Amino acid sequence: MDDLSTIRSEALDAVGKAADLAALDAARVAALGKKGTVTGLMKTLGGMAPEQRKEFGARVNQLKGEIETEIEARKSLLGNAALSARLAAEKIDISLPARPETQGTLHPIGQVMDEVAAIFGEMGFTWAEGPDIEDDWHNFSALNIPPDHPARQMQDTFYLPSRADGTPMVLRTHTSPVQARTMLNKDVQKMLADGGALRIIVPGRTFRIDNDATHTPMFHQVEGLVIDRTTHMGHLKGCLVDFCRAFFEVDDLPLRFRPSYFPFTEPSAEVDIGCSWKGGELKIGAGESWLEILGSGMVHPNVIANCGLDPAVYQGFAFGMGIDRIAMLKYGIPDLRSFFESDLRWLRHYGFSALEGAAR
Amino acid sequence: MKFTLSWLKEHLETDATLAQVRDALTMLGLEVEGIANPAETLKGFVVGYVVEAVQHPNADRLRVCKVDTGNGVVQVVCGAPNARTGMKGVFAPPGSYIPGTELHLKVGKIRGEESNGMLCSMRELELSDDHDGIIDLPAETKTGIPAAEALGLNDPVIEIKVTPNRGDCLGVHGIARDLAAAGLGTLKPFKAERVKGTYASPIKWTHGYDAKPDSPCPIVVGRHFRGVKNGPSPDWLQRRLKSIGLRPISTLVDITNLVTFDLNRPLHVFDAKKLSGDLVMRQAREGETILALDGKTYTLDPSVSVIADSKAAHGIGGVMGGEDTGVQPDTTEVFLEVAYFTPIKVAATGRKLGILSDARYRFERGVDPQSVEWGTDVATRLILELCGGEASEIVSSGVMPDWQRSYTLRADRVKTLTAIDVPAKDTADILTKLGFAVSGAGPWTAAVPSWRPDIVGEADLVEEVTRVAGFDKIPTTSLPRLSTTSKPARDALQRRVPQARRALAARGMSEAITWSFLPLKKAERFGGGGADVRLLNSIDATLDTMRPSILPNLIDAASRNEARGLTDPALFEVGPQYKDATPAGQARVAAGVRHNMAVPRNWQGPARTVDAYDAKADALAVLAAIGAPVENMSAQAGAPDWYHPGRSGVIKLGDRTMATFGELHPEIAAQADFKGPVVAFEVFLDAPPPPKAKATKARPKLVLSAFQPVERDFAFLVDAAVDAEKLVRAARNADKVLIAGARVFDVYAGKGVPEGKKSLAISVVLQPVERTLTDAEIEAACTKIFAAVAKATGATLRG
Repeated sequence: MDDLSTIRSEALDAVGKAADLAALDAARVAALGKKGTVTGLMKTLGGMAPEQRKEFGARVNQLKGEIETEIEARKSLLGNAALSARLAAEKIDISLPARPETQGTLHPIGQVMDEVAAIFGEMGFTWAEGPDIEDDWHNFSALNIPPDHPARQMQDTFYLPSRADGTPMVLRTHTSPVQARTMLNKDVQKMLADGGALRIIVPGRTFRIDNDATHTPMFHQVEGLVIDRTTHMGHLKGCLVDFCRAFFEVDDLPLRFRPSYFPFTEPSAEVDIGCSWKGGELKIGAGESWLEILGSGMVHPNVIANCGLDPAVYQGFAFGMGIDRIAMLKYGIPDLRSFFESDLRWLRHYGFSALEGAAR
Repeated sequence: MKFTLSWLKEHLETDATLAQVRDALTMLGLEVEGIANPAETLKGFVVGYVVEAVQHPNADRLRVCKVDTGNGVVQVVCGAPNARTGMKGVFAPPGSYIPGTELHLKVGKIRGEESNGMLCSMRELELSDDHDGIIDLPAETKTGIPAAEALGLNDPVIEIKVTPNRGDCLGVHGIARDLAAAGLGTLKPFKAERVKGTYASPIKWTHGYDAKPDSPCPIVVGRHFRGVKNGPSPDWLQRRLKSIGLRPISTLVDITNLVTFDLNRPLHVFDAKKLSGDLVMRQAREGETILALDGKTYTLDPSVSVIADSKAAHGIGGVMGGEDTGVQPDTTEVFLEVAYFTPIKVAATGRKLGILSDARYRFERGVDPQSVEWGTDVATRLILELCGGEASEIVSSGVMPDWQRSYTLRADRVKTLTAIDVPAKDTADILTKLGFAVSGAGPWTAAVPSWRPDIVGEADLVEEVTRVAGFDKIPTTSLPRLSTTSKPARDALQRRVPQARRALAARGMSEAITWSFLPLKKAERFGGGGADVRLLNSIDATLDTMRPSILPNLIDAASRNEARGLTDPALFEVGPQYKDATPAGQARVAAGVRHNMAVPRNWQGPARTVDAYDAKADALAVLAAIGAPVENMSAQAGAPDWYHPGRSGVIKLGDRTMATFGELHPEIAAQADFKGPVVAFEVFLDAPPPPKAKATKARPKLVLSAFQPVERDFAFLVDAAVDAEKLVRAARNADKVLIAGARVFDVYAGKGVPEGKKSLAISVVLQPVERTLTDAEIEAACTKIFAAVAKATGATLRG
């Protein structure tokens, strides 16, 4: 009897004290192995009387079960500790930097073009394009700019060698020649004749001989043109109010339309937006000052006629604004020249992430 | 154009405030650029009465004055020699800022005597250079009133921007007319009564050509004056000219300037004694020279109009008079020239000679042709009034230009074009007040006044009515929707630009925008620089040719960044390049440059420099982003010669070039001062065919296999010159049903590989569709792959 309880206590003690899985296994072998103490007890069963064997066998089996349970419990305990130790040993310095990855950026001009496209897209405008190298008919004559107009002088406009037929060639001074190219398009004329409406925006590069602190020889404009039979100056106003409020994200942005003069529109209006200069910092919105941002007007009947449409039937409006300028105003970029210097510090500071804004 | 409020009020009977005038001007299209009031600088300065001026006890040159400021008597120490008892001067109280000395006045003691302010000189107030003594105001001036008022300076100076079509508003009278039409008062007529001549003019006008309405100078009028006295003009006239920044010269010159700015009628006066014979309006002779009033000698040609006597040219028509025959203070005989010059001719002359003058500015915008008559009368009256003497009979030559015309304004046209409801009566009223002779009751016939050459059609009449009625009356009407659904503004082809931009920014590149032009030499190196794309008038030689490629400018930009210490630049631009001057010669290109490190030094692993495969990845990423069928494209040798010939390629779809990429030619890299490797790419965004228009956006059905794919590796030995792509393609196409993909995982040449050969190891994925593959089937597939590769490339399996 004593033998059993001694074996029990020794075996349980060895299991309980096992410091690791190897010691535990040794304890298991010592008790339950082929030559183990408990196995030894089992072997004695053969020499016992059936009555005693039954009773003693039950007790040994119970002991065996008890020790096995203890071993399992101990094993799980020791296993957890081993995992913990491994985890502790695997600790890294999470303050070290992540693998280097350069963040790319988008130029503000492209960003603003995307914004402009999205807003005007909502208003039913489509995007039209034309060549940067333009003939002087599309750039000037079609737009009612007479041959002697100062804008046509060599000191204002970049000229290229004339075409073989003698047509002077220029770098377009505005995006307006695309007005003419679009209205002259036979499909467009047919669409208009069928009662349709023409609404285009024309973003793009423009060029003028100007190179100082606030002018660059190349800049960007977006032109807008609406032609149908009924569009009037109220629509011009509504369209530009809607655009400016959406673009500058100011719901109550005040706009002021002032009479002005452009050869290709009549009446012509210059458009100011409200702003304030508190503390020397520009804030777009209702304020004490006005900021001129674009030129506009009802398309001159001569332009409509020059583009092969009947001004007695068709009318509409046009506007043009500087993409660079509205980008500067919206995003607080102080210097136009820096747009074209490709300084990485500037591109990273004023640029936009690849996923910013909608590419519509 | 500058004028003062009081000057305006000589032409406009009005009670309007300055603010009302300001707002009305801007809303009429005469944008106010600024308003300056000299009274502001003199705020606090008052008229002081010197009750007593006595010798300073301790200083010979100083006087101690008791000054009545209208607000008590104070003691002032004064150093002016003219300070005396009983005079009236300009008193500046302590605390005032003295503009001429740039000092703030303080109460102080001068040689022991207290001084509470200052009596000022003209120079101290920056009103003139006079510093001989303090200002001595007329005795009747009221003590204590603001000094600005006493000096006649309480007169705001308004500066407006006049658009090129509104030459008529380059005179104060024209501005007043617009304001009157807008309801701000009543336009006062100006005095232009004819003064009968008392003798025949000894100088006559003639034309050197047959004067016609469109001649350079269709008409000129003039007259002779004798017994005049020139010299400084009266105070009021000097003050008027000074108030808008003009320098008074002499009465006769000042009169011409006054009439120029008052009535937009430039005039010229000759010293008649310096003229020989009659005056002729003619074109200059080739090489003829003239010393102009600006002191410069100009060499002329027959495109230039001159005013000449029998000996020489004495004036450049519409632009500037001659120095030799100009009036002097002692001039006693004068000949007045009042001419009309055709605007485009004046503009051409002015530009050719590079002369900016008040006369040119006005003539090239068009002065009132009729002013040759009334201008003569106005000038005559002023000369006789201010210089005395007598006037000859009027002489003239030429014919009046055609200015008379009229247009019909349809009754509803203002409404249909601008959406403003202007009552019929107001429409007629506005036009009438602007000087149109209006008949009818809608439709109207409006005869255009002689001073409005800009009005050339009905739309101009609409604009006149609208701007006077007020642009603020135009309703704000959102554009009606064209359809219930909104579509993107850009079509699929146009959207490639933002798609390319975003793909490249997502790959860590920064977007730049560089000039469309570059130096000719660079254009030539990059395959461009044809005569048709060279600017005739570039700003400088660094910007004289349209770019045939975006790369040179990007390379420069990358190099500039490196020079600033901004290492490893990766820049791209999506923009135009120009093969020639035709619209078709302009292409949309996404180009990029990477320099030096692709992976910078870092704690985790090796750094890596950029190579052609980075550029290839960029190009393919753009092509994928714009929806091009990248899987059908192949990279081949044959990139243009700005790339390294052995480390560059062309990405083709069939035989069409979609992109080029590679390491930059070392010679170009060296020129740009790059230290490390530079790679570049150019993707032609319009090159990939547009996706086929489909009725639906639905994608083809996805069929997924239920069976495990099997991966097998092959190591081939091939000639070093064999393109890996060719080998992979052969493997892939060996069994189009079973083979799902093949890729290179190792390339090796060197020890263990025979000279002239390379080892290419590829991994092929077999994807069973119907059931799991048996070993025999896999074996058969491998044999097929090997056979196909061997056939295509001559490869053998590596031992």
